[in-house]
Amino acid sequence: MSDAAVPAAPRRIRMTVIGPILALVLLVVAGALMNPNFLGWDNVTNVLARSAFIGIIAVGMTFVITAGGLDLSVGSMAAFIAGLMILVMNSLVPSMGVGVPVILVGMAVALLAGLAAGLLNGILITRLGIEAFIVTLGSMGIYRSLVTWLADGGTLSLDFNLRSLYQPVYYGGIFGITWPIIVFALVVLVGEVVMRSTAFGRYCAAIGSNEQVAKYSSVRVDRVRLMTYAALGLLVGIATIMYVPRLGSASSATGMLWELEAIAAVIIGGTVLKGGFGRVWGTVIGVLILTLIGNLLNLTDFVSPYLNGAIQGAIIVLAVVLQREGKAR
Amino acid sequence: MTVLALRNVSRSFGPIEVLHGVDIALRPGRVHALIGENGAGKSTTMKIMTGYQPPSSGQVLLDGRPVGFANMGAAEDQGISMIHQEFNLAEQLTVEQNIFLGRELKRGPFLDKPAMRARTRELLDRLECRVSPDRVVSTLSNSDKQMVEIAKALLRDTRVLVMDEPTAVLTRAETAILLRQVRALREAGTAVLFTSHKLDEVEEIADDLTIMRDGRVVWTGEAAAMDQHAMANAMVGREMSDLFPAKVSTPGEVALEVANLSVPGFSHDVGFTLRRGEVLGVAGLIGSGRTETFEGLCGLRPATGEVRVFGQPVRIDHPWQAQDLGLCYLTEDRKTRGLLLGKGLRENLTLQALSKFDRGLLDTGAEDRALTQAIADFDIRGHRDALVGNLSGGNQQKLLFAKTMLADPQIIVIDEPTRGIDIGTKQQMYVLIRRLAAQGRAIVVISSEMQEVIGLADRILVMRHGRVTGELGADATEDAIVRLAMGVAPTPSKEPA
Repeated sequence: MSDAAVPAAPRRIRMTVIGPILALVLLVVAGALMNPNFLGWDNVTNVLARSAFIGIIAVGMTFVITAGGLDLSVGSMAAFIAGLMILVMNSLVPSMGVGVPVILVGMAVALLAGLAAGLLNGILITRLGIEAFIVTLGSMGIYRSLVTWLADGGTLSLDFNLRSLYQPVYYGGIFGITWPIIVFALVVLVGEVVMRSTAFGRYCAAIGSNEQVAKYSSVRVDRVRLMTYAALGLLVGIATIMYVPRLGSASSATGMLWELEAIAAVIIGGTVLKGGFGRVWGTVIGVLILTLIGNLLNLTDFVSPYLNGAIQGAIIVLAVVLQREGKAR
Repeated sequence: MTVLALRNVSRSFGPIEVLHGVDIALRPGRVHALIGENGAGKSTTMKIMTGYQPPSSGQVLLDGRPVGFANMGAAEDQGISMIHQEFNLAEQLTVEQNIFLGRELKRGPFLDKPAMRARTRELLDRLECRVSPDRVVSTLSNSDKQMVEIAKALLRDTRVLVMDEPTAVLTRAETAILLRQVRALREAGTAVLFTSHKLDEVEEIADDLTIMRDGRVVWTGEAAAMDQHAMANAMVGREMSDLFPAKVSTPGEVALEVANLSVPGFSHDVGFTLRRGEVLGVAGLIGSGRTETFEGLCGLRPATGEVRVFGQPVRIDHPWQAQDLGLCYLTEDRKTRGLLLGKGLRENLTLQALSKFDRGLLDTGAEDRALTQAIADFDIRGHRDALVGNLSGGNQQKLLFAKTMLADPQIIVIDEPTRGIDIGTKQQMYVLIRRLAAQGRAIVVISSEMQEVIGLADRILVMRHGRVTGELGADATEDAIVRLAMGVAPTPSKEPA
């Protein structure tokens, strides 16, 4: 093949760039046509706030998947952290009283626990060389069982007075924008910049597209991969901090299937499941698409909301088909 | 009489025409060599002949009649087989399963394993290949995989066999076996088309010769009319001066001292010293543990031994530690270990020295300037927005070189610097390597091409079965190297280091 015949790279990606945006626009237009309240302030902030938990986690998942990894444990990790947080805060009430310091300690516990859980996954995967799927399948079971055990099969509830003090973290905000949305936006901004413009983001993509090449290029492969899992754990901690004040409780059902929603959002957003290419803004679109479908089904009586999962599933498969066609061109 | 021919074939990718009115004719019972620089259009020509790609205009003639192969299967049914540079084998299947893939012998509804086994054995024997039919292909060496590919083609009663650089990964002995097989096929009336960058082989075996340059046929006729020098000139389109540059550098301080270096399973007690300004050649047969030894040295494999870099004893467990010490290894396997084929030139160029561009955020402007510089310095040809996988082999090799040099290593191990690249690019690489030595860098060149080692190196280390069997000076002969590499006879030169 002659050198001049080499096709330019950007052409190839175009369809996969437009795809998710187009889907989101279609959903918004359809929603606006079906229900006038759809684009109202209340509904928009509601959709964004609901997207925040999965969204914050999915941003971390984008890095893990881009670097060729996977983490199935995030949902049960969130449940475990929520349970741990509630237990710690409740136990501090007698000594420290009901006050902001207790909540700060709880937040610190959530961040540390998330970081530790992520590091543990990462160490098992990089140091012992066990498949990410296996390690996180195992830790998924372990955390889920631990939270069930902590709650003794029932529900862990936050001290009633603490709960009303903590609630503004979910329901409050500034300029009518609630904290989960603000935190989500910040995480996305930082994630996008890290993925696009830092050495770490570049290394993730390099490792995911060919680990051997990264290794031969003196990239510290294990450290970068470990960091993706640690960052994801930390983000799970942050998401849990935003989630606990919503219900003020944790049970064995908390965070159920979050891992699948997060992975689905990442894939719908155009990140390649086997790694090598990821984009954080795409993940945001993926999360919004998933949340909007549920929201639309609730607002209209067109299709039963019980079919939410079926429609989401169809969209995930469709997204991957579109990705592949974009590649084959 | 021709069996398969192209008449006035052109081929475009998008708006760009890469083949311009190519004519080529294969005759039964003749070996036809197709030579040219990388990017001259050899692979595209072969793919059109074997139905992998359709021509944009012009005709493919089979037995004088125009044909349009719907796909490669259609061409295969007509007795036309192609062996690709990148092997087309199912890695997880056995040798036997691969050879019979798609044409399994059956007895009733069941596989006739004894018959297939016997036939596989017979084919492998014909190829003097000693691998067991039960071996899984992924465990085979490159040369054995090549033999399996050829066995596959033999099974298919091939009238036309097209081989894209069949000898690039073979040792001399294996090449000799392959050439014997090619002669046997010729006797049997098969038309053979092959490409090679090794002009001595072409001279040895080709009956007909076609030379391509920039998508055109520039010469075609009886091979006997051309000697190697004339071939090289026709390929490059200009007079080729000496292939190897003068060895002008003078050795400086000791850069690298290695003693008792062992890589479990591959090499034992390797030792040598290397000075600034020196090019140390490492010769040996494929499988003699050269690559593994130096990968071990650079932290790419577990290894034991004493290593001193610029006099300091060091311990290297990871490649990044080696790089921090100014020691880099440039892999022989550019496609799976050297470059990210799905990424652009810029990402590839800066991957190894990314910290240079890290100002909190990456300075993409500086990266672009580095790419512009590298394209100029290393004469990389190709669209700067291209995916690296779409570059020709020679340009990939130059990019790999540029990428490694961006990390500014003082000690560079270069494994097979010119594998699968054309003679013009080879010469550029040699000039580059000598220039780096003249700058005072210390260089190791691992090569299976004897002439390359002799032409390039100041000293030559020969390895056999994971051990250094001797060290030779710049005046070494091929004969002396072969003796050490094969372990046939003692040599009068120095004791193993």
